[in-house]
Amino acid sequence: MENKNISGSILKDSIYQSFVKLSPLVQVRNPVMFVVYIGAVLTTSLYFLSFAGIQDERAGYVLAIALFLWFTVLFANFAEAIAEGRGRAQADTLKKARKDVKTKKLYSADNTDEFEEVMSVDLKKGDIVYVVAGEQIPMDGEVIEGAASVDESAITGESAPVIRESGGDRSAVTGGTTLVSDWLIVKITVESGNSFLDRMISMVEGASRKKTPNEIALQILLVTLTIIFLVVSATLLPYTQFTSEFVGAGTAIPITNVIALLVCLAPTTIGALLSSIGIAGMSRLNQANVLAMSGRAIEAAGDTDVLLLDKTGTITLGNRQASEFIPVEGVTEESLAEACQLSSIADETPEGRSIVKLAKDEYGIRKRDLSELNATFVPFTAKTRMSGVDYQGEVLRKGAADSVKAFVIDNGGNYPQECQEAVDRVAKEGGTPLVVAKNNAVLGVIHLKDIVKSGVKERFRELHNMGIKTVMITGDNPMTAAAIAAEAGVDDFLAEATPEAKLELIKKYQKEGHLVAMTGDGTNDAPALAQADVAVAMNTGTQAAKEAGNMVDLDSNPTKLIDIVRIGKQLLITRGALTTFSVANDVAKYFAIIPVLFFTIYPELEALNFMNLTSSTTAILSAIIYNAFVIIALIPLALRGVKYRGLSAEKLLKRNMLIYGLGGLIAPFIAIKLIDMFLTFIGIV
Amino acid sequence: MNYILTQNLFYLLVLIGMSIPLGLYMYKVMSGEPFLLEKIGAPLEKGIYKLLGTHQKDEMDAKRYGLSVVLFSLMGLVVVFLLQISQGVLPFNPEGIEGTSWHLAFNTAASFVSNTNWQAYSGETDLSYFSQSIGLTVQNFASAASGIAVLFALARGFRRKQIRSIGNFWVDLTRIFLYILLPLSFIGALILVSQGVVQTFGPFQTALTLEGAVEQTIPLGPAASQIMIKQLGTNGGGFFGVNSAFPLENPTALSNFIQLLSILLIPAALCVTFGKAVKDIKQGKAIYVAMLILFVVSVVAVTFNEQFMGPVVNGVATVGNMEGKEVIHGIGTSSLWATATTAASNGSVNSMHNSYTALGGLVLMFLIQIGEIVFGGVGSGLYGMLAFVLLTVFIAGLMVGRTPEYLSKKVEPFDMKMVCLLVLAPPVLTLLGAAAEMMTPGVQEQLTNTGARGFSEILYAYSSMGNNNGSAFAGFDANQPFTNVIGGLIMLLARFIPMLAAIFLAGNMAKKKTVAVSDGTLSTTNSLFVGLLIGVIVIIGALSFLPALSLGPIADFFTAL
Repeated sequence: MENKNISGSILKDSIYQSFVKLSPLVQVRNPVMFVVYIGAVLTTSLYFLSFAGIQDERAGYVLAIALFLWFTVLFANFAEAIAEGRGRAQADTLKKARKDVKTKKLYSADNTDEFEEVMSVDLKKGDIVYVVAGEQIPMDGEVIEGAASVDESAITGESAPVIRESGGDRSAVTGGTTLVSDWLIVKITVESGNSFLDRMISMVEGASRKKTPNEIALQILLVTLTIIFLVVSATLLPYTQFTSEFVGAGTAIPITNVIALLVCLAPTTIGALLSSIGIAGMSRLNQANVLAMSGRAIEAAGDTDVLLLDKTGTITLGNRQASEFIPVEGVTEESLAEACQLSSIADETPEGRSIVKLAKDEYGIRKRDLSELNATFVPFTAKTRMSGVDYQGEVLRKGAADSVKAFVIDNGGNYPQECQEAVDRVAKEGGTPLVVAKNNAVLGVIHLKDIVKSGVKERFRELHNMGIKTVMITGDNPMTAAAIAAEAGVDDFLAEATPEAKLELIKKYQKEGHLVAMTGDGTNDAPALAQADVAVAMNTGTQAAKEAGNMVDLDSNPTKLIDIVRIGKQLLITRGALTTFSVANDVAKYFAIIPVLFFTIYPELEALNFMNLTSSTTAILSAIIYNAFVIIALIPLALRGVKYRGLSAEKLLKRNMLIYGLGGLIAPFIAIKLIDMFLTFIGIV
Repeated sequence: MNYILTQNLFYLLVLIGMSIPLGLYMYKVMSGEPFLLEKIGAPLEKGIYKLLGTHQKDEMDAKRYGLSVVLFSLMGLVVVFLLQISQGVLPFNPEGIEGTSWHLAFNTAASFVSNTNWQAYSGETDLSYFSQSIGLTVQNFASAASGIAVLFALARGFRRKQIRSIGNFWVDLTRIFLYILLPLSFIGALILVSQGVVQTFGPFQTALTLEGAVEQTIPLGPAASQIMIKQLGTNGGGFFGVNSAFPLENPTALSNFIQLLSILLIPAALCVTFGKAVKDIKQGKAIYVAMLILFVVSVVAVTFNEQFMGPVVNGVATVGNMEGKEVIHGIGTSSLWATATTAASNGSVNSMHNSYTALGGLVLMFLIQIGEIVFGGVGSGLYGMLAFVLLTVFIAGLMVGRTPEYLSKKVEPFDMKMVCLLVLAPPVLTLLGAAAEMMTPGVQEQLTNTGARGFSEILYAYSSMGNNNGSAFAGFDANQPFTNVIGGLIMLLARFIPMLAAIFLAGNMAKKKTVAVSDGTLSTTNSLFVGLLIGVIVIIGALSFLPALSLGPIADFFTAL
């Protein structure tokens, strides 16, 4: 999924496509550019008619106008082609992964020895296949047996293999990916031609690109403006005909000039770039390794104002870390640290390792070897909810407060009030308390802390300023959740979250008129994903989650949601900014054209020519040339998107209005004057 | 100069001061909150519903509402048309005026049904008292009430959530007539009568002029009752040919002030009503302020041009441009009236717009051409303005990175279609109408002036009809079959395309859910938005009309230099 830069081959292909797109069938899809296209055809005809003695204006001038109108059309085609080009290159890479492979179709999942060799295209939904290391997974499916590492780089671009296994949330496999080790029995879940890869290819190619509602609404506005300007320009023929007869001076304005005026006024800049902006938005999302199932989803992302963020992985680092040892009375910190370390030496969980690390960093307790101590490790089980070691007749345990309490009391000890207070304090601060006990005596409490990722607080503040509410979703108890929420600076949180609670929360926000975005990966996330307005499923997630979401994050990075919102907003802003720029440009074009348009009838109007353009020929040509080249000049902006900042609506509007509104007023004055000077210099009058 | 300033300031203060309570009162009429007058009118109101076979609870969706408006207007069109062609045999015709030509009757009917009140006829010579009072005065009420009703429907559309209905047209119409237009015109007409405006069914009088033995016919008629509603309902069609420049239509300074005030009173007050109706008075205020700014700038521009840019005779500048203005009104009052009557789609005049300076006339014409939305027609001005608000919201909304929304409602393709129809119809009809007129052979004989001013006469006439204003640049003899028919059609289209678009917009808005407001929501009440709104209006107007204006008033200005 590279292709950040536009290669030479894309460029060459795009130029070729610019001409292919001259077909009227393509042109008619974009009404604004179709008007320019008709204008180009008409002026070209006028040029050829001049040989037959029908003179509209000087033949050379008509030809020049016709040529630049063709350029305008070609530039618009080029803008679209180049935006599509990146997608096409991406699709080519993906198509390589979609090659037809032989695969072993099992008659029954229990017997891997009896199979039939079939081609992947012939597989049906529900078929069961057997894939071994080195083979390609033929089609999307669900692992029903086995575990293996799979190279998904063909789709994600990530070269490190990932684990896929039956059951749980990592059971979905994608066609076109390759097994690196072991074997899998996969049940095919899609029909041929409808796989994830197929959908991905059609999305990046733009083949299934439908105009989004917002794009349609803008198109309506652009067509309306074009109709008004069509009437404005066309009525000038009878107006000037009437006036010239009435005043007895001059002539009706030439048709060439009417067409030139129309093309200058019509919102060709945004009209030419509109589809590229949409395609480029999709491309940017693809570059972020997110696959949207529709263009609509991206725009919805820009509209979301509530983000549901999973605590783990998004707000905090995945693991909690020990930050403090709190001894009970009669126990020194050192001896508590030693006991903690001993209980955790064999504990390979990140929490366990962090305890060993804290004991070493703070108390200088060196690592010991369990076998030397003649100790045996007792691992954590869901039933005991404790882990520890048994050594030299001593029983050392650490675990959740209530389980350790039960353990101590069972062994005839008592659970001190002091310990309870320490446990409460840790919980209140958003930490997880682990109680450590030796035989029937409580030694103290380990404070495991959720570490908030660096930089998230700033991002949440930025989102807050943009009017986006962040909601942390966590399975923690409300007290813990509140503490972390405060530390991370989220606006709200949902503690002890269950899939049902999440679904209810989304419904509640939607009822209040909010648009909700979330990420999810498990099957139990599917209902919430289906309910949310923007639902990003993790690629590592289950098939159910992927189907419920309207985007898939190939990197499976929950922080991505924030980037997705940014890309959505950027897409809309780019559209608005270029529309504003395009309309603002008209003012300058008017000042260039109007004073010279009626020159033969009212020479006095020359007084309005304060740009001091040389002649009507140079003035109109300059405006037309500017109009064509501004499209080329703005292609990079359309592809890259307007620079986006996390500001409030008002500040954002002020800023963009200043750049694209005021800029759009001023830029063409300067450019048209310069082109006019150049034309005069090379001797065109 | 000081006098003009003081007068204009006083006018604005009274206007603002009166529009706020009136706007709040009109909200009660719209929403059904109880008020005093309702108690008195209730039996009559109920009786009317019974007669119409409707009742207050019977709400309509956009289709039914639109259909009702169209049917009601069509009925008016037919009645006014028939009254005119058959007035010769109808009563209350002491002067024995014959039936009008079919095309004039059509033009006039279209004109009054569409709240344009373009007058290709001259009241005292072409129409009987019966045609005037039963045909035209009734339409003055009816067209104004329909305009306000549609605005009410639109306000409900913005306010309602996931409901299909937008009110009952017959109920709105009845209540607007009974509780707003009737009482206001009744009081106003009485004051006008006290000032000397005539109100009689008696025949014309003859008198000897002061200079001597010349006999002069003094036209009379039931004028005051029509004049008050002509101003209040932004109709503008005078009882007499020269409209409020005629002493029996507008005799004193007080009658002038009252009429001037009535021109903008209801359109301004409706901004307040709208704010109240959408439960956010600031929204109404923002629109009010935008209108006020455009209005004040225009008043200053017109007054400046009339006062200082008058004709230069033999190298000596005259003291102001008094041509076409009544001495009793003077330049200041005339300019204020001219601006108000073109800003609102009123069209009544107390001075002749054709005699304004080139640039003064340009401002008046431009006010009409931007779509009659600076206060504009009663109801229609505000729903036209709301189309521009939505347009501004759409462009500005994109630039803050969200699907544009207004009053917590998303602006979607269907809404944009309706908005575009609202914005598109008037300029396109205006430009095409003027073009068609200029292509008709012999049109030059219809004009008084030559050159650019002659061009302006046609452009002004079609701007006036294409935006339902109704004032004329004079000089253009409009009572011709072609002009009457084309003009009549243009007036109807310019009225009913935007009106139906507004109704369907209301219906679509009412159906929508609302979205929550946050810091990421574009504010539609702050000064930035008001500025943008004004910018969009002026730029769209300028882009549509600058070429045509260059051949008219602009060329006029430069050729006269």
